[in-house]
Amino acid sequence: MKNILKYLVVGFIFGIVLTKSEAVSWYRIYEMFQFQSFHMYGIISVAILVGVIGIQLIKRKNIKDIKGEPIVIEDKEKGSARYWIGGILFGLGWALVGSCPGPIFILIGAGFWTVFIVLFGALLGTYLYGLLKNKLPH
Amino acid sequence: MIFQTWPWYVSGLIIGLIMLCLIYFGKTFGMSSNLRSLCSIAGLGKKVSFFDFDWKAQRWNLVVVLGAMLGGFVAVNFMSDPSNVSINPQTIEQLAEMGIDAPNGKLMPQALFGTEILQSPKIIAILLIGGLLIGFGSRYAGGCTSGHAISGLSNLQIPSLKAVIGFFVGGLIMAHFLLPLLLS
Repeated sequence: MKNILKYLVVGFIFGIVLTKSEAVSWYRIYEMFQFQSFHMYGIISVAILVGVIGIQLIKRKNIKDIKGEPIVIEDKEKGSARYWIGGILFGLGWALVGSCPGPIFILIGAGFWTVFIVLFGALLGTYLYGLLKNKLPH
Repeated sequence: MIFQTWPWYVSGLIIGLIMLCLIYFGKTFGMSSNLRSLCSIAGLGKKVSFFDFDWKAQRWNLVVVLGAMLGGFVAVNFMSDPSNVSINPQTIEQLAEMGIDAPNGKLMPQALFGTEILQSPKIIAILLIGGLLIGFGSRYAGGCTSGHAISGLSNLQIPSLKAVIGFFVGGLIMAHFLLPLLLS
């Protein structure tokens, strides 16, 4: 139970932070892509900065995970086509509906029921990828 | 203070710490993989091998999602102020030209997410296609904003840099060229 609870707490904080900094807002994403505010760029940059420092510390000090085992962060698979094409398709959707997968769930939790349409589309898209995976360049 | 818009440096710091926290738990920060788990739970693994995996090993991530939904609920219902979402006035003007209402404290435009859109096949199609691109694109690229932009770039991964550049290329094309056409 305690094991599950910590994930619930992490998710809860994530949901509050993304909502209160308005990163879940369609307006903020539109404003970001119009370069009319630093807000979203600030959020993403600081998160990466904290992440880079943290991961370097973990690697250099050989910090162990919660179970006392060494932390191994797997490298992303090498490749190009999948990252460019997949990335561009994702970006088109991101700017259209103004939310990425995390915010889709957060917005539904917050009571924006029409976002269920976006979630349904996202599940359909995930299914289509699974269906076509072996025919696509990676 | 907590009722106002949280500053970017506070939000960025906490998001970075959340990612590190999940690494400390022996997991990785990535939201879009939950979509794959949901497909698997729906039984699609019987038809498509991509969904034939042990989703139960990913249950922890679905719990993160559940927590995030609760967080969204609490933030909107108990921690909000009607003056929220003060975007650039120039952005508001541009949006008005496309028929999108100004925030005035709302997180989401009524014109795209209000319940009245259920009577507009065009807006429903926009939300559906947007979702489709997000789902297909994130699985094809192997991650989304959390998995590539935050987790991947924090670990200095070149593939993630390619994906994130792709996110922005796609986003800029949509926001500057396609969206005005679609909403006109």
